[in-house]
Amino acid sequence: MTWNWEYTGEILPDLLSGLRYTVIATLVGYVIALILGLVWTLLRRTPYPAVNHAVRWVTEFIRSTPLIPQLYFVFFVLPSLGITLSPLTAGIITLGVHYSTYTAEVYRAGIADVPKGQWEACTALNLPKSRVWLDVILPQAVRRVIPTLGNYLIAMFKDSPMLFAINVAELLYAANRAGSVNGQFLEPMTMVGLLFVVVSVISSILVRRLERRYATH
Amino acid sequence: MADVLGSYNQWLAGAWLTIQLTLLGGALALALALVFGMAGASRHAWVRGLNRLYVEFFRGNATLVLLFWFFYALPLIGLRFTTMFAAVLALGLNIGAYGAEVVRGSIRAVPKAQYEATVALNFTPFQRMRRVLLPQAFALMLPPFGNLIIELMKGTAIVSLVGLVDLTRASKDIQGSSGETIAAFSVALVLYFVIAQMLQLFVRYAERRVDRMLGRRLPSEPSLGTIAAGAPGAGVTG
Amino acid sequence: MPPTDTTPEAPTPDNAGAGGGSTPGDAPTTDESAPAAKGVSTHKDAAGEGEAAAALPHGAAPGIRFEKVVKRFGDNVVLRELDFTVEPGERVTLIGPSGSGKTTILRLLMTLETLNEGVIWIGDQTLWHMDRDGKRVPANQKHLHEMRKQVGMVFQQFNLFPNMNVLRNLTEGPVRVLGVSKDEAVERARSLLDLVGLADKINAHPTQLSGGQQQRVAIARALAMQPKVLLLDEVTSALDPELVVGVQDLLRDIARQSDLTLLCVTHEMAFAKDISDRVLMFDQGQIVEEGPPDQIFGEPSEQRTRDFLQAVLAS
Repeated sequence: MTWNWEYTGEILPDLLSGLRYTVIATLVGYVIALILGLVWTLLRRTPYPAVNHAVRWVTEFIRSTPLIPQLYFVFFVLPSLGITLSPLTAGIITLGVHYSTYTAEVYRAGIADVPKGQWEACTALNLPKSRVWLDVILPQAVRRVIPTLGNYLIAMFKDSPMLFAINVAELLYAANRAGSVNGQFLEPMTMVGLLFVVVSVISSILVRRLERRYATH
Repeated sequence: MADVLGSYNQWLAGAWLTIQLTLLGGALALALALVFGMAGASRHAWVRGLNRLYVEFFRGNATLVLLFWFFYALPLIGLRFTTMFAAVLALGLNIGAYGAEVVRGSIRAVPKAQYEATVALNFTPFQRMRRVLLPQAFALMLPPFGNLIIELMKGTAIVSLVGLVDLTRASKDIQGSSGETIAAFSVALVLYFVIAQMLQLFVRYAERRVDRMLGRRLPSEPSLGTIAAGAPGAGVTG
Repeated sequence: MPPTDTTPEAPTPDNAGAGGGSTPGDAPTTDESAPAAKGVSTHKDAAGEGEAAAALPHGAAPGIRFEKVVKRFGDNVVLRELDFTVEPGERVTLIGPSGSGKTTILRLLMTLETLNEGVIWIGDQTLWHMDRDGKRVPANQKHLHEMRKQVGMVFQQFNLFPNMNVLRNLTEGPVRVLGVSKDEAVERARSLLDLVGLADKINAHPTQLSGGQQQRVAIARALAMQPKVLLLDEVTSALDPELVVGVQDLLRDIARQSDLTLLCVTHEMAFAKDISDRVLMFDQGQIVEEGPPDQIFGEPSEQRTRDFLQAVLAS
């Protein structure tokens, strides 16, 4: 079995159209994760212990169970409740909700990471609560969390092939189809692997640059 | 619901495979993490290069893609694995790459003064690592390792797509035969959650023991550094 | 317990030659150091020591010589062509403003920093160079390992190993590095802990000890390695004021009862006066003034020394 370049060229357009869905799912899912994560974090800061605990357990549950059964749950269970979603929509929502539990944790830790002295200084200056958050705490917290949030974008990109489980026509799905149509898996699978490595390595270089830029030490 | 719970044999077999994959993959990942992590803390540039090569390639790839590659592509060039072996390999190599970054970062995070004390006591480079740096770095590694073992456990669900009957595949089979969609997938998720909680209890226990050994106390909630360190797609800085 | 000077690591014949002192054949020893070296290692009376003091290292201590030593950190020259000599068994204190290079001297001797230029002698051997085919070449790890056997260091921040209890902090080095048997190492650790007054803390964890106690353990740990040269790097700077005196008293006793060559960096002038045979005043990587403590602290001849002492005493 040798590498067939001609075949590689033939399947490339299929793979690229698959990549388009991969990118869409990752980016839209990421936006959901960023916003919903913030919602979780705010809910956990409410003064009601019941809300606080419920949110904690729900996010813990979502975070510690795998994406694929979650995809099945959203894709197969919601229709029986009258909500029918396309595979792509179900995949995006699941990916976004799954990772929102991670971003929530990042936000929480980012706020907790602001030194206690900063809060005490605000109290000493008698700043109003809104000023404390907008001028002192959040600007520092955001600096700290940006590189970590960048890492989660990469992580979501690398988890997106799991959408294959509910037949979203993303990159891996495209490669698998090309492979089974032609009975040749080596080229499409290797191409997909290389694509992932290339994109991940480039993006982790970018994240490292972010880390240096926002370094707090 | 009764149908779903009635097939407890299938559930148990599935859960057992998930646990097996987690433990075997975890053992492989731990070994790789230690070897390549120490390589990353080496004085020699070419040894550090080996670490970068391994980490960037296997951390940069999706486990599922890796698994498909082992499963579909490699047999064509004469490398034939059992599905189980391919799965353990893909999971171990992937999580091992994150682990290697954790090990490297933790060794580098041991205060330089500790290293200097080992020089002053005339330890050999191996003794410095074995007696002082690794034992102290181990305490720093544990919380991110805890995250990683749960990530690995979650990652095992990919084997359901290449024909192994793990917890996810069992739930799909039971859903197919019983038609009880909600119950089948709910039970699967709850079982995964239980396994994750058990793993977490074990990690907490290990953390407490190591903390006692080092005579210190860690914050009860993970810091940003820990979250970043254990994040899939993250490295340890510093 | 056998006399400590016959333990396995001791018999390095470096400069133990009778009467030879630190006057080696190939070492360019200065004229004034040669006679002074004679019998230096025996000039302190070993009799009348307490039993615990038997744990202290004894035997011929080597002298130290810096020849045109240069140390740079980037563009910052910390030591510029520094020359000085410490006699065998001599106790020397280095004083001077921070950044004057005192600590760098100790760190060079402990091989924690690498040498840029010049030669450092410990006894009749070069620390950072070794002899190959008659030529002086940079030392390899093996040579450094051999040379470090003679040197011990106590750090400002103690640097005890938090992954070991007090006993193992004291025995790990002797057992793993010197190859002493476990029983003997434990025995020696006990007598050293007696010496530093912490016999009851043998199984304690470093974090359970006060700063002063930790520093005493660190001193015992350095002594457990049977060094001939002991480096003290601002050993009381990190301690609470009320704990300083205890550690200083201990070091004074050790200095009196052992034959160690002692190099001490400190900001405590009273302690410096007490412990040292000679004081070196540093500024900008060079020795400004040197002499016996009475002279340096009593009637310094250099303006810079006077300014420095005034500033320190005022604080």
